[in-house]
Amino acid sequence: MPVRLLPFLLIAPAVLFSLVLFVYPLLLVAQSAFTAGDGSATLEHFATMFGHWKFGATLGNTLLLAALVVPLQLVLALALAQMLTQLQRSRDTLLYLWTIPLGISDLAAGIIWLGIFEQTGFLNSLLVGLGLRAQPASFLGYDDTLTTLVAIVLAEIWRSTPIVLVILASGIGMIPREYREAAEVFGAGPWRKFFHVTLPLLRPSLQTALILRTILALEVFAVVVALSGTKFPVLMGEIYHWQFTLQDGGVASAMALLLLAISIGVTLVYLRVLRVPAGVRA
Amino acid sequence: MTAAVTARSMPGPGRPLSLQAYQARLRRVLFWGALAACVWVLLPLYLLLVNAWSSPDAVNAFPKRPWPEADAGSLRFLLGFQGVLGALWHSLAVAAMTMVGSVAIGAPAGYALARFEFAGKGAFRLLIMLTRAFPLPLLALPLTVRFLQLGIDDTLFGLALLHTMLALPFAVLVTYSLFSGVPVELEEAAWVFGCNRLQAFRHVVAPLALPGLTAAAVFAFVISWNEVFAAAVLMIEHRTLPAFLLQSLDTSPMPLKFAGGALLVLPAAVFMFLIRRHLFAMWGIASR
Repeated sequence: MPVRLLPFLLIAPAVLFSLVLFVYPLLLVAQSAFTAGDGSATLEHFATMFGHWKFGATLGNTLLLAALVVPLQLVLALALAQMLTQLQRSRDTLLYLWTIPLGISDLAAGIIWLGIFEQTGFLNSLLVGLGLRAQPASFLGYDDTLTTLVAIVLAEIWRSTPIVLVILASGIGMIPREYREAAEVFGAGPWRKFFHVTLPLLRPSLQTALILRTILALEVFAVVVALSGTKFPVLMGEIYHWQFTLQDGGVASAMALLLLAISIGVTLVYLRVLRVPAGVRA
Repeated sequence: MTAAVTARSMPGPGRPLSLQAYQARLRRVLFWGALAACVWVLLPLYLLLVNAWSSPDAVNAFPKRPWPEADAGSLRFLLGFQGVLGALWHSLAVAAMTMVGSVAIGAPAGYALARFEFAGKGAFRLLIMLTRAFPLPLLALPLTVRFLQLGIDDTLFGLALLHTMLALPFAVLVTYSLFSGVPVELEEAAWVFGCNRLQAFRHVVAPLALPGLTAAAVFAFVISWNEVFAAAVLMIEHRTLPAFLLQSLDTSPMPLKFAGGALLVLPAAVFMFLIRRHLFAMWGIASR
């Protein structure tokens, strides 16, 4: 067999598998979103979706969560990564410790923070134990929208910041030390060094981290279900609800397409805004 | 560098700090910052342990004790609960199939990316990146119907197929970085000594790459073990542990949730900790 054909043979299984289980189902989602029960083309699924009373809140909640979680965790991960570069000792140990939540599923993270925020949970035990409150407060009840949001944001940041940290820490590790030293020689302080040397050179890593995390943040599902049930609707949860509880695959597919469209839009925006000039990849 | 230059360049509260004072302050900030970050990561995990390793009565009590009762009551309650052992088995079986499938399909592709320049390499990499950029669990929606027609609906195999698709991009990227790290000269030396490509791979590359391949496999296992949306959509009778926990969230008592959460966390956290080195290497490559 000619060596020329070998790489194609090697990638063939992965390509075929992706075609059958990624491209094909993707087309099916699109088809089902635009097909009525009798097989004719229709926009009624989209009409049903947009017209549903929960839709505004669902879309708003999803975008709000992403808009809160991603910037906060980006700042946190940058601070942690920056701390790692300043440390002389125990860098590896700390990096391993801080990235423990990497392997923890969103459902488990939701359950963990449920134990903290539920009515008989640890936060209430602490508040009552310290005498700050006479009675345990309700944080996740029907009227506690703000505290529910805070709990979800905290759980999401706790669970998903490690992946940002890993990407940014390895990015900072690839920036030659000489750049920062040169800035120092010219009298740049730590903040100036960070904003004018580290941050611009970190652009490829920032791009990767932001794209990955924003898409995953838009997909938020089990954390929300664990902490709030269905009273804080998000896109993924509603897709599940339409598909599984209401058995309406058309509307579920329409909503899935909407989520895909937002994800692609966000990716394109990041690619454009954080454009990495060719040849400058650090 | 003179102290004067350094002092001028360092910010201070109104007056310039000496280099020593600046370094002392930096050390303090670093110490407390690092400590706070450790508490932030570890405290919630500790609290889960407190809940999971206590009797159901202690879990429902108020106020809660901040240390575990060292009582396996909640865990026994979980394992004795209708359907949990089955769900545990389904999770393990699907994760094992995903592990084998994604490495078997992904590793050859990773090797091709690391060793060959070929037409369409850029397009293939784009396909892999694309699959990573999509909310893949959504693909479960149309697959429920197709799987029904194929007779693999509600089967562990069907779910493993989708989970393999989820894990495939990562398997390709991990093995890509892995095979890139094995010097091509070693392989060439084996050819010189009369090995053909397959023999050289088996006797030279494979032994060197084995720890990394294990890491890729473990990573695939964790992806499948943690996945909840597709599992909950596709499975009815054969629910995995996350699907079971998700669907019983609104009805199950607290001790069941916490013990279930702990059962879900433990293998994933341990496995990820064991392969952390490879994970960091993978993200290093993925972000370039």
